[in-house]
Amino acid sequence: MIAAIAARGLTRILPGPVPTVLVEEIDLDFAPGSFTAITGPSGSGKSSLLYLLGLLDRPSAGEVLVEGAPTAELDDDTRGDLRLERFGFVFQFHFLLPEFTVLDNVILPMRELGQLSAAAMRARGEALLASLDMAELARKLPGQLSGGQRQRTAIARALANDPRFILADEPTGALDTRNGRAVFAILRRLAEEGRTVIVVTHDETLAALTDRRVQLIDGRLAVDAPVQDR
Amino acid sequence: MPLALDIARAHLLGRRRQSLVAVLGVTLGVAFFIAMSAMMHGFQNYFRTQIVDSNPHIMITDEIRRPARQPLALLHPEAAVAVTRVLPRDPVRGIANAGAILDALGRMAGLAAAPTLRGQLILRRAGRDYAVAALGIDPVREARVTQLAGNLVAGSLDALTRQSNGVILGRALAVKMGAGLGDTITGVATTGASAALRVVGLFSTGIETQDLGQVYLQLAREQALENRPLVVNEIDIRLDDITRSVAMAKEIEGRFGFKAAPWEETYSRILAVFLLQNIIMTTVTGAILVVAGFGIFNVISTVVLEKARDIAIMRSIGLSRRVIVRIFVIEGALVGSVGTMLGWLVAMAMAAGIARIPAPGATDPNETMRVAQSVDLYVVASLIAMAAAIGAAWLPARRAARTDPLAVIRGAT
Repeated sequence: MIAAIAARGLTRILPGPVPTVLVEEIDLDFAPGSFTAITGPSGSGKSSLLYLLGLLDRPSAGEVLVEGAPTAELDDDTRGDLRLERFGFVFQFHFLLPEFTVLDNVILPMRELGQLSAAAMRARGEALLASLDMAELARKLPGQLSGGQRQRTAIARALANDPRFILADEPTGALDTRNGRAVFAILRRLAEEGRTVIVVTHDETLAALTDRRVQLIDGRLAVDAPVQDR
Repeated sequence: MPLALDIARAHLLGRRRQSLVAVLGVTLGVAFFIAMSAMMHGFQNYFRTQIVDSNPHIMITDEIRRPARQPLALLHPEAAVAVTRVLPRDPVRGIANAGAILDALGRMAGLAAAPTLRGQLILRRAGRDYAVAALGIDPVREARVTQLAGNLVAGSLDALTRQSNGVILGRALAVKMGAGLGDTITGVATTGASAALRVVGLFSTGIETQDLGQVYLQLAREQALENRPLVVNEIDIRLDDITRSVAMAKEIEGRFGFKAAPWEETYSRILAVFLLQNIIMTTVTGAILVVAGFGIFNVISTVVLEKARDIAIMRSIGLSRRVIVRIFVIEGALVGSVGTMLGWLVAMAMAAGIARIPAPGATDPNETMRVAQSVDLYVVASLIAMAAAIGAAWLPARRAARTDPLAVIRGAT
């Protein structure tokens, strides 16, 4: 079976007087519908690996294959198009546009993709919010939401274009334990729907809620094992 | 609404006060550009119309600018002969064969011609002397060539035709002399000849030098005073199509040999001053629009800095650099277009206000400032404003598009 996302000899070095190695020689395959946690101590390269896998960054060596297709030669616009269509990102901070309502934030990627009518976009946006128990907050501004509600809005936005891959970078970092667990429950549901979910977390408890745990230490792959006891 | 426009609108509404200041900058720039230009053009158009209406479009004078071709060159037209340093004939006193020239001009289509003898005259009244230019005219022909008849505020050209010793004065001169219709004044020519002249008309052109320094007599009377019987030293021509003045003057001078100056040449200094005025005015008011551009640059630069996270997330979602540039250029265009439209309204109000201000130095106390608004002015002001607005937005927009989303996201986390 072709991996949804695959890393081959993935290395990222920040140039400078003293070059900084972020990740080094990473080989990983992520199967469709898998739910993987990338863990490791602070500065181990977790987020850097996620950005490489999500085509937000370019590797210094090695490459990322998306559904078997190499991405190294793609220009920025094509990588952007690929992200828009197939990837959904959730960051530690929600990064919602403060002037837009919750619903407008959710449908923003749909508007850029431009495949649906305005009515269809709104209907889909409202359905996504409803699936995350946010239906009644659709007309609110982000500033009127709690942290957990904002993060759920960000997840709804990540799902706007029905992506095959969800990449989340410390999505619970700014949330309390209850909201953190709720977010992970949503991510699990998304994986069960067939999406490939990769989540970076430093919280081993939450990582234990996934199917597979990849641990990095000093930019190198230290552990790659299924989670035995969820 | 397109996504980029929606985001741009949200950004500007998010910084209402700063956006309003930027809009007002454009508004003032556009308004001043249009109002000042309209005032300047109004004055210039008025002046130009006065010149064109009150004066001949082409003036033939008894001056020869080009020397006659030399016999040697005529004998060997194809030979490599160069005759240099040939001077034209000495200025002749009067236009030779003026009658024949007038007949020939009379046969040409699209023009009317009138003979004039221009001389100097001292008008004497109540013990005071007034030096003026005396124009001996044929009143019937003159009526076809200049607006003298239309400029008469009292009396008539017919009266001059009937009255061989009649004189038409500028109203301003008449006021200065304390003379009125029917009064008799003494005219003394440079020859020493004098005549008792009866005021049969008063004119007003609005051009002070003419209203104070020019009088009209019958051609025969002026010829008698100048002791130059049958002589004219000027033939004035009026064209049906004023745009042909330069070409026609060239043709006439080439045909008859005497200097034929189109009105553009006669008033070239004034037209050059107008040109300079326009350049200065356009530069100054254009500078206001450029300053307005700085205001737009300021507000959009601030938005770009403030919205770095938004830009980063939009880029990470997959919005292209082009879309990011479009968002901020649209912001500039929105500020520019709203400011421009408000500028139009303010300009209209300013122009209406200016048009009520009494014209300084006008001979008619009811005369107000002239304002010439044209669609062209509005279009030019709008184009400059929009170019300044979009140009000012372009730089921060490019910087926004170059934002590295990872740098911002990493910085945030």
